[in-house]
Amino acid sequence: MNRAGTSNGTAPSTAIADLDWRGGASAAGPLVIRGAHALDPGSGLDRICDLVIRDGRIAEIAESGAGRAPEGAEEIDAAGLHAFPAFFDPHVHLRSPGQEHKEDIETGTRAAAAGGYCGVVAMANTDPVVDDPAHVLALRERAQAEASVPTGFVATVTRGMRGEELTEMAAIRAAGAVGFSDDGLPIASARVMRRALQYQHLVGGTILLHEEDPELSGDGVMNEGPVSAALGLSGVPAVSESVMIARDAALCLYEDATAHVQHLSARVSVEAVETAKAAGAKLTAELTPHHLVLTDEEVRSLDARFKMNPPLRTEDDRQALIEALRRGTVDCIGTDHAPHAIDEKDVPFEIAMMGVTGLETAFAVLYTELVLPGVLDLGLIVERMGAGARLFDLDQPEIAVDAAANVVLVDLEHDWEGGAEGWESRSDNSCFHGRALKSRPMITIVGGEVAFRRRSFSMRVAG
Amino acid sequence: MRNLLSIDDLDRADVERICDRARSFAEVGRRDIKKVPTLRGRTIVSLFYESSTRTSSSFELAAKRLSADVVSIKSAGSSVDKGESLRDTIATLSAYGPEAIIIRSPQAGAAALVAGWTEAAVINAGDGKHEHPSQALLDVYTLIERVGPLDGKRIWIVGDVAHSRVARSCIRAFGLMGARVTLAGPPTLIPRGIDELGCEVSYTLDDLGEADVVYALRMQRERMTDSFVPSLREYAITYQINERRLGPRQLLMHPGPVNRGVELAPEVIDGPNSLITTQVASGLLVRMAILYEILAGSGERPRPVRGVEQAPEPASPIGGPA
Repeated sequence: MNRAGTSNGTAPSTAIADLDWRGGASAAGPLVIRGAHALDPGSGLDRICDLVIRDGRIAEIAESGAGRAPEGAEEIDAAGLHAFPAFFDPHVHLRSPGQEHKEDIETGTRAAAAGGYCGVVAMANTDPVVDDPAHVLALRERAQAEASVPTGFVATVTRGMRGEELTEMAAIRAAGAVGFSDDGLPIASARVMRRALQYQHLVGGTILLHEEDPELSGDGVMNEGPVSAALGLSGVPAVSESVMIARDAALCLYEDATAHVQHLSARVSVEAVETAKAAGAKLTAELTPHHLVLTDEEVRSLDARFKMNPPLRTEDDRQALIEALRRGTVDCIGTDHAPHAIDEKDVPFEIAMMGVTGLETAFAVLYTELVLPGVLDLGLIVERMGAGARLFDLDQPEIAVDAAANVVLVDLEHDWEGGAEGWESRSDNSCFHGRALKSRPMITIVGGEVAFRRRSFSMRVAG
Repeated sequence: MRNLLSIDDLDRADVERICDRARSFAEVGRRDIKKVPTLRGRTIVSLFYESSTRTSSSFELAAKRLSADVVSIKSAGSSVDKGESLRDTIATLSAYGPEAIIIRSPQAGAAALVAGWTEAAVINAGDGKHEHPSQALLDVYTLIERVGPLDGKRIWIVGDVAHSRVARSCIRAFGLMGARVTLAGPPTLIPRGIDELGCEVSYTLDDLGEADVVYALRMQRERMTDSFVPSLREYAITYQINERRLGPRQLLMHPGPVNRGVELAPEVIDGPNSLITTQVASGLLVRMAILYEILAGSGERPRPVRGVEQAPEPASPIGGPA
C-alpha cells in the first residue's frame, strides 16, 4: 500500500483491506453465504439471497439457494441471519504503544471483528504519542502481524500532543498514516489549528478534532447541569464543545480546509455543525452509540463506567443527536472505544480515567435501544456504521456485485447480556455492562476472509 | 439503617428516630462518667483522607462515649501516602473485622464505593463536594431542639454553595423535614440546575428578612484566585451576615470553621441568635445516635462479630456507666 504524497482532495479511494492487518496475504478460499437477509441501503439491496464470494469480492448475489458454489467453497448456512455491509470505526483507541495493560492491537482488533467491524482507525494518544514517522511504521508492522481487521493509524497534529508545534506531517503521511488527530485533547491554540489546516493542503489526510475548550471544561468530570449540581461534581458545559466547533468551522472556511468533528455530544454542537455546513464549511461529524442512548442521569450512580469525554449529556441533547443522525448532520457513527484497566475505573468517579469500550456492543446497543423501539431505521444505522470509511478516502463497505467482500452476518434475535461472557477486549469498562441486549454479529467477513466467527454460532450450525 | 451514605437514603422517620436518640444521649453528657457500654468490644475505623478537626474528633468522641474501640487513620503518614488504592486500603482495614468504617474523602461517591467493598457499615463523613450527611442531621437536630418541627420554616443557605457538601446535604435534609430552602450567593458559586434539588435560588440578600434561619457557608480564600469572586471584600459587602442583615428573630447557623469578617461579622457569631456552638455540641450527640442506629439500632441487629460472642447488653442506650 502506498498513500504517500497524495495531494489535496484528489486522493483516489482505497480498499479497506489494503490497510494493515494480518489477513489478505494469501488468497482466501471462496465462500457462499446461503439464505441471509441482505440489507444495504447504499446499494438498495433488501432481500433474502445467497452471496457468493470469490477472490475477496462479492462475485454473485443470487436467489436464495441458487448461488453456485465455486470449487472448494465453504458454505455458511445463514438462514435467519441478516447480512449487512460490515462496519467501519473511524475512532478507536488500541492503546499501543505503551498502554498494553488496557488493550493492544491484537485484542482491540479482535473486539472490532467481534463487533462486526471490517476496519478501524486507531488514535494516537498513546504513550509515547504517535508523533513521528517511525512510530507509524512500527505500528503498521505490528498490525500486519496482529490485527484481525484492517487498521489505519493517525498521528498527532502536534508534537507530544502539546498543542504547540506541528508534527512532521508530510513525512508521517509518507509513512502511511491515514490522518491526524490530537484526540483526547483539543488543539487549544487557534493559531496552531490554523497552521495545521493550511499544511493539510500539502499533505492531505483527514484532521480529526476533539472539540473542547479547556478553559471552559476546567476540572469538569461530567456534564454540567442538575445532575452535576446535585452530586457536587465539577461540570463540563455543553458550550465547551460548541464554541470550539464554531471556531474550527470558521478556520476551515477561511482556509478552505476539511476537518472531521469527533464525538458530538450536545444539541448546541449539532447546531454549530449545521450552521457550519450551511455556510459551506467542509466539515464531517461523528457521534457515539453511548451518547445516542445514555444521558447524564446514569452518572447519579457515580459508577465510573459512565465517565467519558465528552460526557453523557441531557435527554434534550440525546434527542438532538438522534435527530442529527436522522437528518444527516452527522455523517457517521464511531465508538470512541477507549479501554481502561479495572484499577483505573474501580475508584471514585472524580479520579477515574475517562473513556468506555464500545466495539463489541455498538450495533447491539443501537439496535436494541433505537431500532427496536422504532426511533431510528435499521438501514440508517447500518449505513452510518460504515460511513466512517469515507473520511479516509476508503470505499464504504457495500453489498453489491464486485464490491470488496466486507460483510457482517447478524442474528437480530440473539439475546445476550453485556459482559456476561466476558469481552474480546482486554478491558471491561463498558457502560453497557449488565445490560440486556438483542442482536449480535455472528460472522465478520473482511476482504473475503472470515475475520471473526462466534463460537455459539458455529456450534449451532454443527448441531 | 445499614449505612449512612446520603440523606437521600433516609426518610423522615429515620431522621426523627436519630433526633430522638440524640436527645436521649444528651442526658448521658450530663453525668460524671459520660459513657455507656452499648458498643463495648466493637471496632470502629475512622479513615480521613482530608484534614478535619471537628468531624473526626466528634465521631471519635461519639464512638468512645459508646465504649467502642476506635482506630483513627489520617492520610498523612499512612499507606495512602505511599500510593495504596482506596480499594486496597479498605481490604486491609476490613481484615481487622471492624463493625463500621467512617470515611472522609475528597471525592464524591467514595463512601458508597467503600460500602460495596466491605462488610462493615459505612458512614460518610464527607465525600468531595457531594454530601456530609452527619452534618445535616446535626443541623436538623439543633434546629428542632430550638424551634420545634421544621415544617414551613424558611431556611436561607448563604454563600459558596458550589463547593459545599454541607449545603447539598442540608438542602436535602431540611427539605425532607418540611422546611423551605432558599440558596443565596454569587451566581458564580450557585451551580446551574441546583434548584432541581427542591430549593429556590436568589443572587441577592434583599429578601433575607423572610428567613427564619440563616445558614452561612464557609467562603474559602482560593475562590478568589479562581475568579469566582473578585475579592473577599466585595463578597463581604454583598453577602456577609452582619447585625444589619440579621433580624432579631432570625437564627444563625454555620458549619464551621468560620472566616470571621468574611461570611460572618464577628458580632453575629457570638450574638444571642447564633447556634454555632450549639451545633458543635449537637454534633457529638447526633453522631452517637448515628453510630447507635447503625450498630445497635432497632431495625436490624448488627451482624455477629467474627470469633467473638455477641455483646449481650440490652438495646437501651441509657445503660449504667461502663
